[in-house]
Amino acid sequence: MRFVFKTGYDQDIDVAKHGGQRFWYSALLLGLVIAPWTLPDYWLAQLTFVLIYGIVGLGLMLLAGFTGLFSIGHAAFLGVGAYTQAVLASMGWAFPFSLAAAAALSALVGAIVGLPALRVKGIYLGIATLAFGFIVEEVLARWESVTGGNSGMMVASIDIFGWRADTSESFYFVCLVCAVLCTLIVLNLLRSPTGRAFVAIRDSEISAQSMGIHLARYKTMSFMISAALAGVGGALYAHQIRFLSPEQFGIIQSIDLLLMVVIGGLGSIHGAFLGAAFLITMPQFIALGKDLLPPAIGQAAGLQGVVYGVVLIAFVLFEPLGLYGRWLKIRTWFQLFPFYRRGLFKRQKAFQKSDRLK
Amino acid sequence: MQVLQVLVSGVAQGCIYGLIALGFVLIYKATETVSFAQGDLMMVGAFLGLALMTALSFPFWLSVLSAIAAMGAFGILLERVVIRPILGQPAFSIVMLTIGIGYVARGAITMIPNVGTDTHTLPVPYRNEVLEFGGVVFAVEQLAVIGVTAALCAVLYLVFQYSKVGVAMQAASQNQLAAYYMGIPVKRLNGLVWGLAAAVAAIAGLLLAPITFIHANMGFIGLKAFPAAVVGGFGSLPGAIVGGLIIGVVESMAGFYLPEGFKDVAAYVVVLIMLMIKPSGLFGENLRKKV
Repeated sequence: MRFVFKTGYDQDIDVAKHGGQRFWYSALLLGLVIAPWTLPDYWLAQLTFVLIYGIVGLGLMLLAGFTGLFSIGHAAFLGVGAYTQAVLASMGWAFPFSLAAAAALSALVGAIVGLPALRVKGIYLGIATLAFGFIVEEVLARWESVTGGNSGMMVASIDIFGWRADTSESFYFVCLVCAVLCTLIVLNLLRSPTGRAFVAIRDSEISAQSMGIHLARYKTMSFMISAALAGVGGALYAHQIRFLSPEQFGIIQSIDLLLMVVIGGLGSIHGAFLGAAFLITMPQFIALGKDLLPPAIGQAAGLQGVVYGVVLIAFVLFEPLGLYGRWLKIRTWFQLFPFYRRGLFKRQKAFQKSDRLK
Repeated sequence: MQVLQVLVSGVAQGCIYGLIALGFVLIYKATETVSFAQGDLMMVGAFLGLALMTALSFPFWLSVLSAIAAMGAFGILLERVVIRPILGQPAFSIVMLTIGIGYVARGAITMIPNVGTDTHTLPVPYRNEVLEFGGVVFAVEQLAVIGVTAALCAVLYLVFQYSKVGVAMQAASQNQLAAYYMGIPVKRLNGLVWGLAAAVAAIAGLLLAPITFIHANMGFIGLKAFPAAVVGGFGSLPGAIVGGLIIGVVESMAGFYLPEGFKDVAAYVVVLIMLMIKPSGLFGENLRKKV
């Protein structure tokens, strides 16, 4: 068990709480940097996907996990970012500028979606974002002069002032840099007054408001930052997948993203990446498990859906804190060995009250 | 005349949306959560009806009634097994849970060999029959939808407004703990509501089946029922039907007058406008706690 003795107030908001964290996160970063030389090509591509989805997950985590606003249309922002990037790349913009443009456009769209968020909450907000997601998908499909419509659109490879990231290794490094930067931005945001305001809004809007937090401003800001991160993720996604079509950004993708942050663990940065790793590796595990099952079950088309559903139900029922929560429990078990108690992470039951009588 | 024809098909489609929305509203009214599995329950109900009619060759009425009853029992079971353990947790957990249930239902139906991946037609006795009034053709399938929806809505409205169970459900939805203290069996009521919602979903599925086809992804129509529920006001039973009608009519009108593509998003545009103008919906109760 480690005790952190604080000798200064700044230690409360340190990014790394103690030397152990510094060591392990450095080791993780080192491992990620040497990954192109140690991993086979296939797994490197999967790792790239994990980083990309991790960035999108960071955005959704900020919105859902830290501000308490659930979006069931987040794939729309992903789509806006991806198509912006694809169009600008084909016009010959350098990658940093087009990435910034993709993020900015997504943020703008996010601000528009954030408008209903100022008046509605809870499930109404979910439905507003759902509706918005459908509209964006339809726009992508119908605006054929720009997006190529349902026949899709090819994406050029990354061009950074003449340096082309056209191999999987170089693209991996671009993604890694983006992911690390985004993580640092979100980490810093969360220890700033803005991030604290987000968390306060999540925990209680009324008390946040009475502490002088401007709800409308912070909710819109949360939507914008979240959408911008999704836009960055979308831009990288466009380059990774090389071919965009509107149905990639439909409701299924939105629900996948939501599933990702819930399974990863709402309210933790780790959760975004753990969830992304889960989302990417799950189909592989299912493919591996297929051979072990009798063919009538293993070869059926619906197997993946059933597994996803069962895993989601199991997490909500047994591990509401997600993968990260499970990791915390395991770590605590080792730290406290042999004094771990079952009730250590037990949450207080909150009896439900009507939203309608606020 | 053509406009009238479009209007009729819009109303019939709207009734389907309204029926699914009715399921949302029931669950919302009683447990203050939203079930994303409603469309998928509808799909399961339709498949169940199909299985009873074709595989077991039950007569039409018997298979309809037993499909509805079986779905009701399934709803109660679902509540008992997965929903009740997380009673009292944030509402969003239950939303995620219902998304999971939807995934499982869709996947499980798809996994049935030779049946799950195909599209089927439901052999109903009134199939392809039409009536004609003053130059407007009514398909009996659509009239059945409209009639059943109106009757069901009236029954449910009366139950919620006047019966002891209905009032208890309303109380439980406003404050579970207080309702519990007043001696209302909150858990049993929740089970009942889920059963009721699943039964309504089965009815919707059986009514929709002759108009479209039965396939594993027919539950996605449930996503169009959310706008219906919101437009009508999430807590209001007649509102669900009215919202469904509005969405259905707007959609078919958009398909008739506007260029291609607007039909699919019309429902969502309406709901976004509604949320910006009047988030509580047309019939929504706008209650404020007095301090």
